[in-house]
Amino acid sequence: MKAIDRKLVRDLWGMRGQALAIAFVVLAGVATYIAMRGIMAALQRSLTDYYEAYRFADGFATLRRAPEAARRQLLDIPGIAQLETRVTAPVRLDVPGFGEPVQGVLVSVPEGQQPLLNQLVLRAGRLVAPGHPDEVLLNEVFAQAQGLRPGDRLAATVNGRRRNFTVVGIALSPEYLLQMQPGTLFVDPARFGVLWLGREALAAACDMRGAFNDVTFSFAAGTRGQDVIERIDHVLARYGGRGAVLRKDQFSNFAIHEEFRQLRTTSTLLPGIFIAVAAFLLNIVVSRLISLQREQIGVLKAFGYTNTDVGLHYAKLVLLVALAGGAAGVVVGLWLAGLMGDLYLDYYRLPSLDFSASIGSVIAALVLTTGAALLGVQRAVRRAVRLSPAIAMRPALPALYHATIMERVGFQRWFDQPTRMILRNLDRQPVRALLTVVGIAFACAILVMGLFFGDSFDFIMRVQYGLAERQDVTVVFVEPTSTEAVHELARIPGVQWAEPFRSVAVRLRHGHRQYDASLEGVPTAARLRRIIGTDLEPIEIPAGGAVLTDRLAEVLHLRPGDSVTVEVREGSRRTRSVAVVGIARQFIGMAAYMDLGTLNRLAGAGQAVSGAHLMIDRPAEAAITAALQERPRVASILAQERAIEAFNEMVDRSMLTMTFILSLAAAVIAFGVVYNSARIALSERDRELASLRVLGFTRAEIAYILLGELTVLTLAAIPVGCLLGAAFSAWVVTSLQTDMYRFPIVLGRGTFGMAAAIVLGAAVVSALIVRYRLNRLDLIGVLKTRE
Amino acid sequence: MAASVVFRARAVTKIYEMGEVRVQALRGIDLELYAGELVVLLGPSGSGKSTLLNILGGLDTATGGQVLYHDRDLTRADDRELTEYRRHHVGFVFQFYNLIPSLTARENVAIVTEIAHDPLPPADALALVGLGERLDHFPAQLSGGEQQRVAIARAVAKRPAVLLCDEPTGALDSETGVVVLDALERVNRELRTTTAIITHNVAQADIAERIVHLRDGLITRIEQNDHRRPARELAW
Ligand SMILES: Nc1ncnc2c1ncn2[C@@H]1O[C@H](COP(=O)(O)OP(=O)(O)O)[C@@H](O)[C@H]1O
Ligand SMILES: [Mg+2]
Repeated sequence: MKAIDRKLVRDLWGMRGQALAIAFVVLAGVATYIAMRGIMAALQRSLTDYYEAYRFADGFATLRRAPEAARRQLLDIPGIAQLETRVTAPVRLDVPGFGEPVQGVLVSVPEGQQPLLNQLVLRAGRLVAPGHPDEVLLNEVFAQAQGLRPGDRLAATVNGRRRNFTVVGIALSPEYLLQMQPGTLFVDPARFGVLWLGREALAAACDMRGAFNDVTFSFAAGTRGQDVIERIDHVLARYGGRGAVLRKDQFSNFAIHEEFRQLRTTSTLLPGIFIAVAAFLLNIVVSRLISLQREQIGVLKAFGYTNTDVGLHYAKLVLLVALAGGAAGVVVGLWLAGLMGDLYLDYYRLPSLDFSASIGSVIAALVLTTGAALLGVQRAVRRAVRLSPAIAMRPALPALYHATIMERVGFQRWFDQPTRMILRNLDRQPVRALLTVVGIAFACAILVMGLFFGDSFDFIMRVQYGLAERQDVTVVFVEPTSTEAVHELARIPGVQWAEPFRSVAVRLRHGHRQYDASLEGVPTAARLRRIIGTDLEPIEIPAGGAVLTDRLAEVLHLRPGDSVTVEVREGSRRTRSVAVVGIARQFIGMAAYMDLGTLNRLAGAGQAVSGAHLMIDRPAEAAITAALQERPRVASILAQERAIEAFNEMVDRSMLTMTFILSLAAAVIAFGVVYNSARIALSERDRELASLRVLGFTRAEIAYILLGELTVLTLAAIPVGCLLGAAFSAWVVTSLQTDMYRFPIVLGRGTFGMAAAIVLGAAVVSALIVRYRLNRLDLIGVLKTRE
Repeated sequence: MAASVVFRARAVTKIYEMGEVRVQALRGIDLELYAGELVVLLGPSGSGKSTLLNILGGLDTATGGQVLYHDRDLTRADDRELTEYRRHHVGFVFQFYNLIPSLTARENVAIVTEIAHDPLPPADALALVGLGERLDHFPAQLSGGEQQRVAIARAVAKRPAVLLCDEPTGALDSETGVVVLDALERVNRELRTTTAIITHNVAQADIAERIVHLRDGLITRIEQNDHRRPARELAW
């Protein structure tokens, strides 16, 4: 090895603590980048392949009922390549030994063969055979959650009639990457499942022989989807069509694309912060190293090393740190991607995850990292390059200090000498002090951002389940039913109160904007399902008016006082202009609300209800559930407690790891910044501090001078970090919000306290390490060598 | 003088500008240095000795006048040419040794020989200054005199045509200083390297063939030394 490279290695070893701290920050940046980008690329590639291989449909439509003959009309629509009619039906299942209501949806498949579109990935068993109407296939996630296997039997209620099914196979479908019960917003695989039944069998079970209530289709190349959708809606209007959707709006596909959008945001923001911090740390460390090595640089130049040689020498040092951190980051990132891949596959059911070609993101990560690192040090290195050898051989002038403003305006009486030293030192290098504050503030901000979601979810819980949805059980009928059914429910022993509701599929229009939503009718003076306004007070909706959730109002650009056009997409199919009378604060789902009576007049079919919210005596829950299950017209029974549990489970799963990773990341940054600042301060001032020790100052007193400065910076950084964190949170929240969720920006005092505590903790640890070094300051050695 | 001229300085001036303040460090220097000779630059602190030496060595450039190294005009040279000049023709010895603390004695020499044409092996250069036994010691493990001898070995290992020493004994006691001067003398004798040594110590001037006296940025006198004494006989 060349002598100059040996110098490099030994310099690096001499600053191994700092180099390691920086390498860790780089590692964190590269690892998060590789993991998130890798996962995203793998998911996207696997998804495309999956959709292609299993013929995921381009469009979907549901309707009330159409004769099979209507298929011809649909096929004649220009642009349609393939079209398949289906029957779907809600089902209630009795899973032996489970004891709680399980709902499902039955989807028809041709007997003995794969469907044309949305083909199944058979994971076990076989497809349903012709002439065996009891044979079903289960969606894998449901089968796993319930421990069901081919050969198992299930009792079910379809269209009010009891049936027995035999499981013959377990399958995945590109249509259900994610299976969620309509009306809920959380994955609850044990309580809701997708089942595939032979077309003949299902049609027979729900009086749909020679008819269909669901269509999927694919487009010929070069077709404008929206045109086809409009024609399909036109054809299906008379059969109770509920509006066709394009693939992009199909639930499971939409959900995974939302995930991509979120991944894209986080995979930019998080690594970006890490790399910026690493570049900053490299900048201060290398600047310091170069000013310490002025004379060495002078000697090298005096002996004929060129500017390029000198520049390369320091650039190599930086590259070594960046690449060491980067390489470790790649390894950790790939490992993390594997872990995350499993988590994602658990949630989004794809047949496999193809992880092969993430080499692009590896290269991108390394190039970005080294680029940022070199950019961070380029000023310092250029200073080294420009250093004239003659100047370098002279000792640097003593640093120039001033009395600080605080002293000049007359506060000096209050400061003892050590405190003045702290203040003047901060005053002398305001830029560095500022950057240190920014670095620590970043750490604090990341923590706030990680912890903030907890507060946000708590708030959602409080509003959604504490104020708005106070029912214990929600019952949904198979189809709109007379109000008498609600009275019947109220008479079940243990039911204290039953409150009807009706929901109607509508298209809302305002100007050129439109949105398909559900319009919910609520009774006056509702006690269970209340509509909560932006002031968190219940809203009483006046007859004739509508209340929109805040997100929906935003999407449609509506404000109270405006009027919105409501097109009913079932029953009466009327179109009316309705006044917006209020905005509801709602974080989950988008809907519009109306007084039940007004909705009934609008939607027709008399005093109908879609279901009821119940308040019950807790001990009677099992009996009530059993009683409800007896009733053929009950399509689904949703226990509110389950919904809350599922919500919490989802929060825990996604947020715990996220919070943990972010906290760890923030601690790494806080430690890296504070430790490096302290080490640099120590190396700049060891002579001064040693002199003070010689003059009789105690260890504690000199520690005060050195660490006091860092304490000031850390304390200044925390409020800045909290503000920055609030801003980050707001930004992340807007980029994470979907039509399904929106996160309120609620920042609890606990979050700020926790973030501050972790930052302080990291600062204290680094201070202790520096204090240890300070205690071992070599008084004679430090004073002997010439600066 | 039969020997060929290595340096020819004509009316060399140097002005340092530091903001408002202008310091005239050299006020018009005329000087020749001859191949193989050993010259001492003598003068009080602040008289411009280092400035002159830095200009001769290509560490700095003159404000006015001309400096020729053989027929190369150093006053016209750009940074790249000066670097090349220093790399292949000049060896420096500094008052505070300026060794690289993270490198051993041998490596401190090697760092220079690695970029030179036809250098001495580092071990031989160290043997020349009597440090053949301390090859693998770090600067911190060597005394001041030993460090300065490593610095001399480093300066001569590339067989430079000129050796420029700025107060090489300045930080040393007299006994150690003698050892260092002896090493320089030996290099001058054995390798025939043109050697210029700065000192403000009159006693040390006795080792020189010629003594150049400076004061206030001017050469006051150039003295031919007829009573040359070997360094070993000096004391101060
Ligand atoms: N880089 C510099 N900037 C400003 N003034 C300088 C610089 N180097 C030297 N000087 C001034 O030039 C004069 C000559 O300095 P120098 O050559 O170092 O003297 P000597 O080496 O004889 O002690 C002194 O007054 C010194 O202060
Ligand atoms: Mg000098």
